[in-house]
Order: sequence, then C-alpha cells, then structure tokens
Amino acid sequence: MYIYDEYDHTILRQRVAQFRDQTERFLAGEIKPEEFLPLRLQNGLYVQRLAPMLRINVPYGMLNSAQLRRLAHIARHYDKGYCHVSTRQNIQFNWPDLTEVPDILQELAEVQMHGTQSSGNCIRNTTSDQFAGVAEDEVIDPRPYCEIIRQWSTFHPEFAFLPRKFKIAVTGSQQDRAAVQVHDIGLQIVLNDAGEVGFKVYVGGGLGRTPVIGSVIREYLPQEHLLTYLEAILRVYNLFGRRDNKYKARIKILVRALTPEVFTEKVEAEWAYLKGTSNTLTQAEIDRAKSFFTEPPYETIDDAAAQAEVAALAAEHLAFSKWLQRNVRGHRVPGYAAVTLSLKPTGVAPGDVTDSQLEIIANLADEFSFSEARTTHEQNIVLADVKKTDLFTLWHKAKVAGFATPNIGTITDIICCPGGDFCSLANAKSIPIAESIQRQFDDMDYVYDLGDIDLNISGCMNACGHHHVGHIGILGVDKKGEEFYQVQLGGSASNDASLGDVLGPSFSAGDMPSVIQKLVDVFVENRTEEELFIDTYRRIGATPFKERVYAKAS
Amino acid sequence: MPKLVKDGVIVEDTWTLLSKPEGDAANFAVPAGQVIVPLSVWLAQKSELKSRTDIGVWLDSDETADLLGEDAQPLPLVAVNFPTFMDGRAFSTARLLRERFGFTGELRAVGNFIRDQLCYLRRCGVNAFAFSNPESDLQAALKSLDDFTEYYQASVDQPLPLFRRRA
Repeated sequence: MYIYDEYDHTILRQRVAQFRDQTERFLAGEIKPEEFLPLRLQNGLYVQRLAPMLRINVPYGMLNSAQLRRLAHIARHYDKGYCHVSTRQNIQFNWPDLTEVPDILQELAEVQMHGTQSSGNCIRNTTSDQFAGVAEDEVIDPRPYCEIIRQWSTFHPEFAFLPRKFKIAVTGSQQDRAAVQVHDIGLQIVLNDAGEVGFKVYVGGGLGRTPVIGSVIREYLPQEHLLTYLEAILRVYNLFGRRDNKYKARIKILVRALTPEVFTEKVEAEWAYLKGTSNTLTQAEIDRAKSFFTEPPYETIDDAAAQAEVAALAAEHLAFSKWLQRNVRGHRVPGYAAVTLSLKPTGVAPGDVTDSQLEIIANLADEFSFSEARTTHEQNIVLADVKKTDLFTLWHKAKVAGFATPNIGTITDIICCPGGDFCSLANAKSIPIAESIQRQFDDMDYVYDLGDIDLNISGCMNACGHHHVGHIGILGVDKKGEEFYQVQLGGSASNDASLGDVLGPSFSAGDMPSVIQKLVDVFVENRTEEELFIDTYRRIGATPFKERVYAKAS
Repeated sequence: MPKLVKDGVIVEDTWTLLSKPEGDAANFAVPAGQVIVPLSVWLAQKSELKSRTDIGVWLDSDETADLLGEDAQPLPLVAVNFPTFMDGRAFSTARLLRERFGFTGELRAVGNFIRDQLCYLRRCGVNAFAFSNPESDLQAALKSLDDFTEYYQASVDQPLPLFRRRA
C-alpha cells in the first residue's frame, strides 16, 4: 500500500489548515454560502436532507487496519456509530457536525486519509478493481498507476473548477471489475506486441440522466504518457465542455456533440504540445509507485493440500461450503484466496457498516490478510490475501460479526444508493426496496440456482446506484409526490457493457418484490442450462418479461 | 485609486478595464492612457493599437488563449475574466498564455474569482489579482497565496512535477 512521505504529509497538513480557516471564515460570515459550497464539497462535505454528509476518499479502495480503526473512532465519536461504503469505493459519514469537520479531517490526516476532491466539480477519487494485485486474470497491477493519477489529480491547479465532476477508473485485468466504460475516463491496462505496458483509453462514459458507454479514443497509450494524455483530455474538457446547463456539462455530452472522432483530434492536437513535457512519467517514478505494491510476505503453501483441507471442511459444513462458493475466489498465489465480506445481510442498508464492525474488519485484516482490506464498488469489503487454511476460522469469525452472508454476486447482493432516507436529491427511497427484495429472495438455494444477477437500485436519475448497468435496474421516480419505481433490464458494467432498457410503466413500492419475482420466473422458465439472467434477456428480449409483469389479472 | 495584489504585494491599480462595446468593435473609441481593451476591440483595431505601449487586452472566459496567441508577447498586460468564480476556463487560458504563447507580462485575474482560488491561479501563471469587490481585504487575501507550499504537478511556477524533485 502507498505510504506517505514528508511531501505528502506537508501537502495534506496544509490542506487541513486551509479548510479549517475556510470553515472558520464561513462560520464568521466572511465567506458567502455560495462561495463556501465548492470549498466544502472539495473537502467531501455535503449538506444533506438530515445533516451534513462527509465523504472520505479511499484511493482505489485500499485501506489498512490503522485506517479502519480510525474510521471506527470517527463513526463513534463524531457520528452515529456507522458509516457507508459508496459505489465509488469511498466511505461516507451521514451525521457529522460542520464545526467538527476540520477536526475529523485532522484525525484522518494522521492516518493518511482525507476528503479531498471526493465531491465537487473536480477530478474525483480514482477507482479500480478490488482484486487488483491478486486476481488470476490480471495483466498488470493497476494500483501504482492509480496512485500516480491520485497524486497528479490532487490539487491540480488547472482542473479544480471543471464544468462538472470527473471520474476516472482503471482496470488491469481481462475481466473489467472497475466499470471503466461508464466513467468519464476509463483506462484499461494493455500490453502491446512488444509486451510493453500501456493503456486503452475510454472517454465519455457515464450514468446519470444521460447514460452513455464510453468511446475508445486511443487503443494504446504508452505508460510514460499517462499524465500528459490525461492533461490533454482534461484541458479540452475544461475549455470546451458546456457550462450553461449542469445536466449537459459532463464530458460525455462534449464527446457526443463533437463526435468521438473530432474529440479525439482535439485531444491529440493538445497532446502534441504536452507530449514529452516534464509531466511525462519516468521509469524511476513508475518503479517508485510500484515499490509500494509489492508482494506481501506470502508463505510457500502446497495448494493441493490446502485445497483438500478446505474441501474436507466444506463437506462437513454446508454453510461454509456455500460461503466458499459465493464469497471466496481464486488468487494468483498458490494456497491463497480472496474473500469478500458481505455488507448486504437482509435488513441492513447495503454498504452500511458499524464502528465495532470496522474494528472487527481491522482485526480480521491483521490476523488473516497482511493488515489490509479493500472497499468494492459493489459496496462490500475484501480481504485479498487469505491463506486457504485460514478460511474456515475466518468464516467463523466473519459469521459472528455478520459479514458471512453468502450472497456475493447474487440477486441479494444489491447495489443501492442511500436514497430518500438520506439524500436530498432522491425522488424515492431505495433502501427499503432493497430490503423487500432481499426478503422475497430468502431461500439461498433458490438464489444460488439463479446464478449471478446484478440488481442495482437508484433513488433518482443521478444514478448513484448504477441502475442503468444492472442486469435488473430499479429507478425511483416521483409522480405527483408519490414514490414509484421503474424497472430496466439488460444493463451491464462489465466488458460487455450495456445500458438497460426500460421495461414499461413504473410500479409502487409494494409491488416491487412480486415484480422482481415475475422477472426471475421468466428467466428460470426460459434459460438454457448455462445461461445467466443477462444472457437469457439478451437472447429472448424484453417481450416475455413485459408480458408477464404487465399481464392483466384474469 | 483602487488597489490590487501584484507579485505578492498590494499596489495601486493604474489600469482601466474597458467593457465590451455595444456596437461594432472596429468603431469603438479606445481612450488614451493605460487601458485594458476587450479582445474583440483588440482584434478589430490591432494594427493601430499595436503601436501603443499602454494597451492591455482582456479575455472573457469563453475566449481561448489562441485567439490572442503570440500577439500577447509584447503586451504589458493580459487579463482573464471570471464571470463567476465557478467558471474555471481562465485557469487553462492562463497556463496557455504563459506556457504556449510565451507571455511574460502582467497576467491579471479580473471579475468574480475568490480569495480561495489565488494559490491555484498563481500556479497557473496569474501574478495580479484585481478583485471586483472594492471591500475585499487584500491583506488577508495575500495569505491565501501561500495555502500550499508544495505541489504534486508541474505548473507555471514549478515546472517540475514532484516526482522529478523527490529525493
């Protein structure tokens, strides 16, 4: 994991001091509220429905146990004892007091954390694959590049007042788990014919009111040009992105208005000036960044023996075997596995975690995974480096703490925004809808039989719950002051990225469990042996689903 | 005389900023003395204005640096306007004037920027700050120039990114 040096500490200390001064000036009436707004947003502070909300960056999802314990402390002392893992791998506190935020930021700075640019019209926290560095299908570990981007984008003087927010995601694996095609910039690490590292560059993807799959503007960008090329894209966007209408200000609108070809020409023309300038990465810097993401001290383990031990325990303990199937995945190092701790038990807001649970995760990380954990964009937590021979013990401890719900990737592992319960933008609640669907699908054997299904819920068209890219997407809508829910089918955030199609008229909250049940029934009746929900939908189309859901009662 | 922050100190502002003309920029009468003319006036009357040494030019946020280009070089002053402080195009414009078009004179922020942007503006090459609000506390604003003393990226005032300077 990246470790701050004196430069990083100095910059962060100065940031905390700057925001403390700004907060004091605001409270003294020396800064107008409209001027304080972007300043507080760029420190992660929103004003929400019930209280402020503070968003803390988790760069590319990486956390160590000291940071987890500090987050627990903050949840306990400054908040109501819990926090929330967001779809951008960040941590959100829902009840901080404005006057205490500078103190919270100071406490976070001590463990190398902050809320810098976690909100506002600037370059946000760079996200990545939660299995970075351990995935079996990985080409190159994306985290050193994420860290290079983090430093470049932090307090970038030219790009702090962009037309709109700006999100970058990086994947280094064959299977995209970072949803790069639905980000403002998506970077996929690729190797050229000579085996040299570079990036396939996607631009202009995004969700929200106008969902768009990103366009490839460069098939291969050599790694040393990463920052100058990003700078060229950002400069074109800063100068030419629309500023007259906030709903048309994202880069996706610019790319579409110009066409991807013309946009690419503009970027390449700008890059011609920037290529080779001092922001060109050096091998020494790439090596320095990589030096923080070296292998932990893995033991040499007989994988076959470890696997046999696990299999024997699984044969004895059915619940353990189910957890293994859903929450544990392979690792590129023999004898190790990556474990996802589910933050989605029924009855808990998806992604919520309490102070004491954070401390338990810290303890589990210390005991089983080299003191590190990762947040995921599906709102769970990963322990990436667990010895297979520790899995059974870990499972016991995770179960006691409430993290062992064996539902990862299933229909009850729901991505869900905070919705109308917390968010002042929301048109409808989303958390109770997630809960009602989880209750509908309470038979785990049946849920396993359905296989992987991405079910995503957003409480408004800003799409924080990524409903457009759910195999089943649910969008809360407001009709004359009443909450309804629109269903979309066929979305995907993976390599085969696609946007869902709206099924038809929306439903009431009470209808949602049965609507989802009917959709699943159509799938079960029509699937071939190997098909997942998304495959069947793509094969048979929307009509059979529509007919079932909208059939008149006879 | 109004005051402004220039090169880290408070000085008297000897320049007059002219608003955009209502009619044809070619017919706009540019007065004598140190004046900052709108880009449209400069472009329409360049051949006459070029001979004067007391002419500055200001660019609005939707006017890109290349519209002035290397013509900026002999000018004593170029200003970039902030219609609102949230309109960040001037940050890019300032950098381009300095880094691409070789402008070395006074680069002035005008309009509705705020004190908390000073440090970033300086890093983009702006060296003078004329607040639109005459009540602004310039002494306090000076402090904001030093909000940060160390930076990750290359910029106008620090052409080497931190990764090339780290020991």
